[in-house]
Amino acid sequence: MSIDVLPILSTLRRHRLTATLLVLQIALTCAIVCNATFLIGDRLSRMLMPSGIPEEQLMRITVSDIGARGDVHARTVTDLAALRRVAGVDAVTVGNSLPFGSSSWTSGLRLDKAQKSPSIDVGLFYGEGLSDVLGLRLVAGRRFTPDEYVWVDDHVTRRAAGANVAMVTSALAKRLFPEGSALGRQVVIGTDTMRIVGIIDRLAAASVSARDDLNDTVVLPWRMIPAYGGGYFIRARPERAARVLADAVAALKAVDPRRVVVEARLYPEIRARYFATDRAMALTLGVVSMALLVVTALGIVGLASFWVGQRRRQIGIRRALGARRADILRYFQTENFLLASMGIVLGMVLAYGVNLILMRQYELPRLPLLYLPVGAVALWILGQVAVLAPALRAASVPPVVATRG
Amino acid sequence: MFAYYLQLGLRSLRRNPMLTALMVMAIGFGVAASMTTYSVFRATSRDPIPQRSDVLYNVQLDNWGPEGRKDDEPPPALSYTDATTLLRAHKAKRQTVTYPVGISIIPEDPSRLPVRKGAYATGADFFPMFDVPFIQGSGWTLDDDEKHASVAVITKSLNEKLFNGGQSVGKQINVDGHLFRVTGVIEDWAPQPLFFDVPNTSGFDEGASIYVPFNRAVDLKLPNDGNNNCNKEPAEGWDAYLRSECIWLSLWAELPTRSDADAYRQYLTGYAAEQQRAGRFSWAPNVRVRDVMDWLSVQKVVPPESQVSLIVSLGFLAICLVNTVGLLLAKFMRRAPEIGVRRALGASRREIYAQFLIEAGTIGVAGGLLGLLLTGLGVLGVGLVFPEQIARLATLDPMLVVLTLVVSIAAAVIAAFYPTWRAAQVQPAWQLKSN
Repeated sequence: MSIDVLPILSTLRRHRLTATLLVLQIALTCAIVCNATFLIGDRLSRMLMPSGIPEEQLMRITVSDIGARGDVHARTVTDLAALRRVAGVDAVTVGNSLPFGSSSWTSGLRLDKAQKSPSIDVGLFYGEGLSDVLGLRLVAGRRFTPDEYVWVDDHVTRRAAGANVAMVTSALAKRLFPEGSALGRQVVIGTDTMRIVGIIDRLAAASVSARDDLNDTVVLPWRMIPAYGGGYFIRARPERAARVLADAVAALKAVDPRRVVVEARLYPEIRARYFATDRAMALTLGVVSMALLVVTALGIVGLASFWVGQRRRQIGIRRALGARRADILRYFQTENFLLASMGIVLGMVLAYGVNLILMRQYELPRLPLLYLPVGAVALWILGQVAVLAPALRAASVPPVVATRG
Repeated sequence: MFAYYLQLGLRSLRRNPMLTALMVMAIGFGVAASMTTYSVFRATSRDPIPQRSDVLYNVQLDNWGPEGRKDDEPPPALSYTDATTLLRAHKAKRQTVTYPVGISIIPEDPSRLPVRKGAYATGADFFPMFDVPFIQGSGWTLDDDEKHASVAVITKSLNEKLFNGGQSVGKQINVDGHLFRVTGVIEDWAPQPLFFDVPNTSGFDEGASIYVPFNRAVDLKLPNDGNNNCNKEPAEGWDAYLRSECIWLSLWAELPTRSDADAYRQYLTGYAAEQQRAGRFSWAPNVRVRDVMDWLSVQKVVPPESQVSLIVSLGFLAICLVNTVGLLLAKFMRRAPEIGVRRALGASRREIYAQFLIEAGTIGVAGGLLGLLLTGLGVLGVGLVFPEQIARLATLDPMLVVLTLVVSIAAAVIAAFYPTWRAAQVQPAWQLKSN
């Protein structure tokens, strides 16, 4: 092996240009594929963020009631009763938002009224029995009792105060009260002082900008009404969900035929819509990266085949002088390894540079160093696989070629 | 001579079908990837109203103050107080306030169900300002705005639905139980990006089917169907909402010259300073008056996904070109003896150039055709990858077809330059001797 390197280098010097081009190609491929894989991973991990709810069992229906005036509370109660009668409905409520459901309700949370800033922006979730309908897991404390709920419009307009209680996620509890239990502690949400009575395992926000804020959410004891933009959240067994959705829409229509159904979707679809652009990005980058690797591999095959064709006579002479087939094979493999290595070294620098630009332009995190060795190994393997066929062809050149003109 | 070189080129390409296919594919794939992502980028970054984008300005004013904000950017919308005060000041040639309203249209025929439609509440100036194309009648007048008239402009498709596409100017429509008189019918107008309502649509949306006067909509308390952001909860009722610091309105001004824009900016700064003196704001004036393209770029309307995939695709094309250069170089240099013979027989360097560039050009044409086919597939496939509102904007129009072919041929010829130059440098004597 060590003997081979020097003659290879001197041969490559004679084909300086084609060799440089191949190195350049491998370097660019390395830079782009490393960054693309990183971006894909970033998006995938976003798409896999847990919501904290039994996704397969949930659905949301939003309606718009036209011209219907009168008691909104009574109408909501009638609708909920109608939905409960639908076969297969396990639980139902009117809620304000769903994890990754786009329509987000947020408020600033502070530890006491005097503290001006910084406050944490938290996602608010409410609806009677919401924590049951969304199947939220309670890790400490309790859920709300029926008498703690007030209608949200009554609360906002101060017609009814309601119980000043709240549930928070364990992540938020830890962030707010790192030193001890959050149960029983007071927080100020908007302008209301609330006592934390329950801690839930997790509940992802409706709209997530930074991943660290994923579980900055609070559940409040307010009954939601459709007129405030609330939707009917329904839980049913996964295998019956689609059927229940259709029946539930029909039931709502039966209550008031003139109402317009704005949205009726199973939760997985709601979630998929939220992450549509992430999926778009991951898919585009994946397709382009695959194409890139194929083109580079084919380029290596093409160039290597050409070199083999060009050097048939030299190969024949080497064979005639006693080189074994394995030596010829190894020659081309080593040559490819050297070219790939040069490309990889250059590619790492490029990859890092591209990452710096992406970090500045799109606020992306730094490329983890682990990507570089993995990328290097991948390209070495790619090069060796690509060169194998031409190298085998070279190894099969018979020594007799040397004697022909 | 061209025909002869073309023939030579084709023969040479046939000699190594594998290698030729490889080069054609490299160019085809590279160009197709770039063109597909470019079609999306072009759709998202284009000027939605090229004839007027430099005279239309979005107005921003910081009514919340710097507390709890990362940068200096004022909120993207205005409060009712500010929007209506600025509107009444008449400091621009034309101005309009806009907000999306959630409404339903109740058909005359009671057996038919109400239909929910996208709508905007806006002013009379909206239509001339944004060059909205009318097919019947016209927009309502400033006088209608003043009188809080119940008038409306509807789109062609809504007209089809309600009046079977007939003459509808002067007819009444029932919006949420209130009658509005139609003053005009417009095309299904929705410039993309939907520049006048970026905060609620992120720039891409089908647009509205009905427009009603802002003053009338406020009288009727037609609820805001877009984003509503409040730094503190408003008190109960519509009037309290109007007095609150909640931001939900877009204000656009038409300012024909640069000095008009400067004057407006000055006026706006003065207004903010006045509010500061009056004690409403406890911070220095922070205002923005941005034209359409500035506004779209600050609002980051082009999705980063589209930019990154375009950059990656261009990188891909670059790699494909490097690949082609390498292969062409190998191919051409292998024919050094042949070139030597031709040169010895009297061919000039120019003729060698011509021959090899034509050969490369053929690869470019073949790559271009393949690229075109793949771009077509790619544009069809954009819907699988990008959200529907954006995907429908990416189309394979004649412009893109021409661009694809030009880029392919240019790419092949550029890739061929160096190898050809090397081929032309072949010394006839040396080649003949070594053979």
